[in-house]
Amino acid sequence: MQQGNLLNTTTFRLALIYLALFATSAIALLGYVYWNTAGFLARQSDEAVQAEITGLAEQYAQGGLAQLVHIVIQRSRDPRQSLYLLVDAKGSVLAGNLGRRPGVDPGPDGWMDFQYNRLTMEGSEVHSARARAFPLPDGSFLLVGRDVQELRSIENLITSSLAWAIALTVALGLVGGVIISRNMLARVDEINQTSRNIIRGDLSQRVSVAGSGDEFDQLAENLNEMLEQIESLMTGMREVTDNVAHDLRSPLNRLRTRLEMAMMQEGSSEDVRTELERSIADADHLLSTFNSLLAIARAETGSMRDTMTSFDLGELVHDAVELYEPVAEDAGIACIVETDEELEIFGNRELLAQAIANLLDNAIKHGSKATCGVPEIQVAARRERGAVTVSVSDNGPGIATEDCERVLGRFVRLEESRNTPGSGLGLSLVSAAAQLHGGKLKLSDAEPGLKAVLRLPVRAT
Amino acid sequence: MRVLVIEDDVEAAAYLVKGLKESGHTVDHAADGDDGLTLAMSAPYDVLVVDRMLPKRDGLSVVSTIREQGNETPVLFLSALGEVDDRIKGLKAGGDDYLTKPYAFAELLARIEVLVRRSNPDQVKTKLQVGDLEIDLLARKVIRAGTEIDLQPREFRLLEYLMKNADRVVTRTMLLENVWEYHFDPQTNVIDVHISRLRSKIDKNFDVPLLHTIRGAGYSLRAAG
Repeated sequence: MQQGNLLNTTTFRLALIYLALFATSAIALLGYVYWNTAGFLARQSDEAVQAEITGLAEQYAQGGLAQLVHIVIQRSRDPRQSLYLLVDAKGSVLAGNLGRRPGVDPGPDGWMDFQYNRLTMEGSEVHSARARAFPLPDGSFLLVGRDVQELRSIENLITSSLAWAIALTVALGLVGGVIISRNMLARVDEINQTSRNIIRGDLSQRVSVAGSGDEFDQLAENLNEMLEQIESLMTGMREVTDNVAHDLRSPLNRLRTRLEMAMMQEGSSEDVRTELERSIADADHLLSTFNSLLAIARAETGSMRDTMTSFDLGELVHDAVELYEPVAEDAGIACIVETDEELEIFGNRELLAQAIANLLDNAIKHGSKATCGVPEIQVAARRERGAVTVSVSDNGPGIATEDCERVLGRFVRLEESRNTPGSGLGLSLVSAAAQLHGGKLKLSDAEPGLKAVLRLPVRAT
Repeated sequence: MRVLVIEDDVEAAAYLVKGLKESGHTVDHAADGDDGLTLAMSAPYDVLVVDRMLPKRDGLSVVSTIREQGNETPVLFLSALGEVDDRIKGLKAGGDDYLTKPYAFAELLARIEVLVRRSNPDQVKTKLQVGDLEIDLLARKVIRAGTEIDLQPREFRLLEYLMKNADRVVTRTMLLENVWEYHFDPQTNVIDVHISRLRSKIDKNFDVPLLHTIRGAGYSLRAAG
């Protein structure tokens, strides 16, 4: 598995879900912290302004505008954070420590946030302020507010800290998720790799157990136990195959020998001899079917793996063609052979020789009934990336597309070939041979005729 | 020829012994591996016919033991295990040939004849002759009655094998194994086609046929029909 698929892994998705939950909780928690610190200070400052407005309103109610001007002048001298501005109906400043009315309109809640120039020892600085303002019944205008520069600094500090905290949380969660996913993936990957090797036929492989006793170890142990069972079944099957071979071939052998001995008897009539010959031919047919079945079973259980060697598949193809060419010629079929140079593969030479012979045999049997033009068989062995292909195609009647898979089964004989000799095991053996080498046999329409392509990896693993 | 048959299947052994005796051989029989080994070591035989699966001591062990003792008697293994690796194991243990059960008796006889011949040192001949047909293995020439016959490489090897085993029956399986190195039975009788091609080159235009078909067994190259 490539690491590019990390995003598609369950572990990583889980890590993301956890991260989302964790980030949400962290944001909620930090939001609460914010509410209790910066939020609290802001509320406190608003409450102070509100209290002052209430106080000033009382003064105005008691002493009118003059009283209010007096109080505002007094309070403006105080160098605290409070801001005041009292303007008469004409717009001239009567009292206060703000130079002019701020150029912003109050929001729907009556509050306005604005910037003003505050005089300091060094000159003036632009400060943030928050205030409420309202017109008085005599047409003048009162503004009461607070310099919130410090408050804003604290708020900014708190928000940036919170943003950093959230960013760090997410980053750490992501990195942690990736690391955990990768570690888990490495183990899943290992299990997958071992499984693939086993699928390719190496039943002796086992999944490694880390020894920590976690779920992966349990999975590995279960898989290994399952493999033990499969392997012992396979071994059992092979023993059964051997025993059947021995126990069934022996009586067949005796039967055949008896027939032969009877044939050797002097004085038996020609008719009897002919009958005996036919019986022997029947026994031989039975035996060859039986042998094919055993060979297929052997190939399918992978027990021929021990006898694999390196050899040139092109030579094997040429030898097989050379053996069959005279048969093809006698049937009036032309053979065209093309092979690439140096098609070295690692495999079971004899089984593949038999597989190629079966393909040629098939092509000759059916190709002689060419539907158009001269009957001809095309044989090619080619190198592809990491694999070698042997293709045999004829221009006979071919096979219907829907039957292409079916004819690879044991004893399958299509209606059209009922009259040709054969047991219906030829293609099954080729298919089993392909499987043993980790390859595949594919039948397709050669338009007209049948094309059989045997694809084999260079190294059967 | 003296033949020792080591085979535990009573009936198969009885037929084998009977058949071999009728073909003019002297035959001894052992029913298990230990007896077989004792007999093989105690008397000279021309050929041993050994079953792979035997009670007491299996066939492989019998043969590898007599080989360790320096006994070079040709061995023909008989076995119901006919797979590639089984045959290789048999040949590695010191067997000279391997026949899978069930076999045609004619096949067994033909192989015994060839095995015994192979162990004789007249193999180094580079020129062989059957009737008026001559083959020169070094010059790779085939001449019949003074006329040179042009053969394809594989036809040459086929004729070479037939001539080395002249006057003996050679089965189709033996030809497949020795000339083509194929150890399976092709469904189509390909060997017959190759033989008929060879026959058209060496027998056609000549009065006396040399390459004979032996009914139910195989072929034989011989001067007298």
